[in-house]
Amino acid sequence: MYAYDEIDRTFLNERVSEFRDQVQRRLAGELTEDEFKSLRLMNGVYLQLHAYMFRVAIPYGTLSSRQLRRMAHVARKYDRGYGHFTTRQNIQYNWIKLAELPDAMEDLAEVGIHAIQTSGNCVRNVTTDQWAGVVPDEVEDPRVWAEVLRQYTTLHPEFSFLPRKFKIAITASDHDRAAIKVHDIGLRILRNDKGELGFEVLVGGGLGRTPFIGKIIKPFVHARDIISYVEAVLRVYNQYGRRDNIYKARIKILVHELGAEAFARDVETEWAQIRDSALLIDDAMVDDIRSRFSYPAYEKLSDTPDELKKADDPRFQAWLQNSVAPHKEPGYAIVTLSLKPVGGPPGDATAEQMDAIADLSDRYSFGELRVGHEQNLALPNVAKRDLPALWRALDKIGVATPNVNLVTDIIACPGLDYCSLANARSIPIAQELTRRFADHDLASMIGRLHVNISGCINACGHHHVGHIGILGVEKNGEEVYQITIGGRADEKAELGVLIGPAVKYAEVADVIEDIVEAYLALRARPDELFVDTVKRLGVEPFKERVYATR
Amino acid sequence: MPLVKNTTIVADEFVRVADEDSIPDGPVLLPAARFLVDPDGVLKRNAKVGVIWPNNKPIAELAPYLDRLAAIALVFPTFRDGRGYSQARLLRERFGFRGELRAIGQVLRDQFVFMLRAGFDAFEVKKDSDAAAFADVAKRYSVFYQPTGDGRATATRQRLSHPAEAARS
Ligand code: HEM
Ligand code: SF4
Repeated sequence: MYAYDEIDRTFLNERVSEFRDQVQRRLAGELTEDEFKSLRLMNGVYLQLHAYMFRVAIPYGTLSSRQLRRMAHVARKYDRGYGHFTTRQNIQYNWIKLAELPDAMEDLAEVGIHAIQTSGNCVRNVTTDQWAGVVPDEVEDPRVWAEVLRQYTTLHPEFSFLPRKFKIAITASDHDRAAIKVHDIGLRILRNDKGELGFEVLVGGGLGRTPFIGKIIKPFVHARDIISYVEAVLRVYNQYGRRDNIYKARIKILVHELGAEAFARDVETEWAQIRDSALLIDDAMVDDIRSRFSYPAYEKLSDTPDELKKADDPRFQAWLQNSVAPHKEPGYAIVTLSLKPVGGPPGDATAEQMDAIADLSDRYSFGELRVGHEQNLALPNVAKRDLPALWRALDKIGVATPNVNLVTDIIACPGLDYCSLANARSIPIAQELTRRFADHDLASMIGRLHVNISGCINACGHHHVGHIGILGVEKNGEEVYQITIGGRADEKAELGVLIGPAVKYAEVADVIEDIVEAYLALRARPDELFVDTVKRLGVEPFKERVYATR
Repeated sequence: MPLVKNTTIVADEFVRVADEDSIPDGPVLLPAARFLVDPDGVLKRNAKVGVIWPNNKPIAELAPYLDRLAAIALVFPTFRDGRGYSQARLLRERFGFRGELRAIGQVLRDQFVFMLRAGFDAFEVKKDSDAAAFADVAKRYSVFYQPTGDGRATATRQRLSHPAEAARS
């Protein structure tokens, strides 16, 4: 957990009163909607199909039980009793009234939660590994550096009106759970051969209508220089990024047009001027931030407790296999809570569920929770002996579906159900797929398979990097869907390849079933993942299977 | 459009000269193209000279003249176009410009704090009500998370110098 101090609290209060003033001026007609737009966006407020949408940040995906309870309170008091967890460690509320937004913000600010820079053309909420600080293999806790950058980018006077939004993600593990290769800046924490801490810097990744995998522009930036290096990247982008066409304004286009080498050189030249400035990070600053992350007082516990040996309920065993991951401390585990029940919209949680999960995290996880980009929650500090009891409690509130990373653990954007930009529905497709693959034995036999759905080319559902990607487009007034396969968002990130012509809404689930059947017939071994089979064989055999009968 | 300096509305001493006009006596603000025809010539006048610099022209081109320029006006064609902030910081922090740094164009209340931090000290504000509110708006924030050339102490510095006041929650 990270503790805000008096300084941070003062800042948040100042922010809320500024927004209150902006809303009042908008309601009084002193601000046009156009003028208000960029102000509300910087506070996470979108105008959607039915109402204002409010996107609240969950910095580096870490939450306290108290904060989650407050999110439940906001869902209940200002919205329709639920919230939606997104792919960028945010929660969204879809039905908030403008006049009540400042109050909702004030309620959140009391527990150190805010919506600053969750939208708008600024540096967004910095995201990282949802298992940061508890996973066995990390170089160090990436949240410390996410917090360094969160502070540095918060209301940055130079970079609050960039050509386009700007997203930074950080990982510190071999296995990248933060999708750093599809971010504007991706940072991988590592140590050089002298043992010094630093970052590999990738730039220009992103999805949307022109997807790119990020390119390494600097193999090692010493940790003390990371702020000045990021400032150099932002400054080059702010001056030279395109502003004539919103679809060409992301940094990925600048990097692509200049070439990564030329872009890196520009950054290097800028960086040389500022690296020894006030931006140099001193140890005292990092130590201070590190000291405000508290870690639980773990007990010495058995890694193979009797409670686990005795638990023979096959449903529990299925969940244990699927949703429980190794922890850095013996005797503890990381538990993922699936927000993907059969037939439900991915990523939604009701206020009652949030309250119950908050209580369970107090009881079983030292009051701490995590939110990951797969739209699931996690309890990061569960004693293994408590797993059976925790499972019963989670099962009761519907968040123990053992489908983490399986074909029904679908990432989907809001699509036509909420989003004003949508061409097609995404949530109902996700719901249908969860029904088709509801049989747990089938799904676990298929193994790890990420399905991602976006309702338009903006790619909020990350369809390009889904093992199977589904993109809704509009053709002659009809919703049709393009299907890609072979994408992935981890350390081996790749963009999926289109398998052929778009298919109709009613056919999507059948097509996905065909692709999965083809995979089961083609895989070399039961543990060859879907993406690896696609990599080995290419899209042809899948294409044949899908279009042979259509 | 009201001009704000030192948080109060003041009269503008500069006369803005269009490309085709002749240059009058007294302080003038010239468009970049006009200025660049004969910079050394205009800078020899014995009244103040300022230049209006577009946001897509490298600010380094002004470096040879900075010690003789009384004012530079940077342009915000819309409030969404933030190139002027980078230009302002470079002028102040890299090139050491000490004259008047003026924000012109779509300058609205909610940019004041950012502009002050980037080094602007004069503001042609679009709306009268925003100009009137300048002093209050400028005080909106007492906490700043990143260092710029404006010298305000950052949150980190505040914390490290007064650890007791920043009591943990
Ligand atoms: C319902 C309202 C929403 C609207 C209007 C919206 C709009 C957009 C737009 C226009 C873009 C493309 C921007 C660009 O590439 O320059 C975008 C990207 C993105 N959105 Fe959304 N979005 C919405 C909801 C969501 C939700 C619910 C999620 C998470 C589940 C999400 C996650 C993302 C992500 C991760 C990207 C970045 C993709 C990339 O890297 O290009 N959005 N969104
Ligand atoms: S991908 Fe398109 S439809 Fe889906 S949320 Fe984003 S903008 Fe809306």
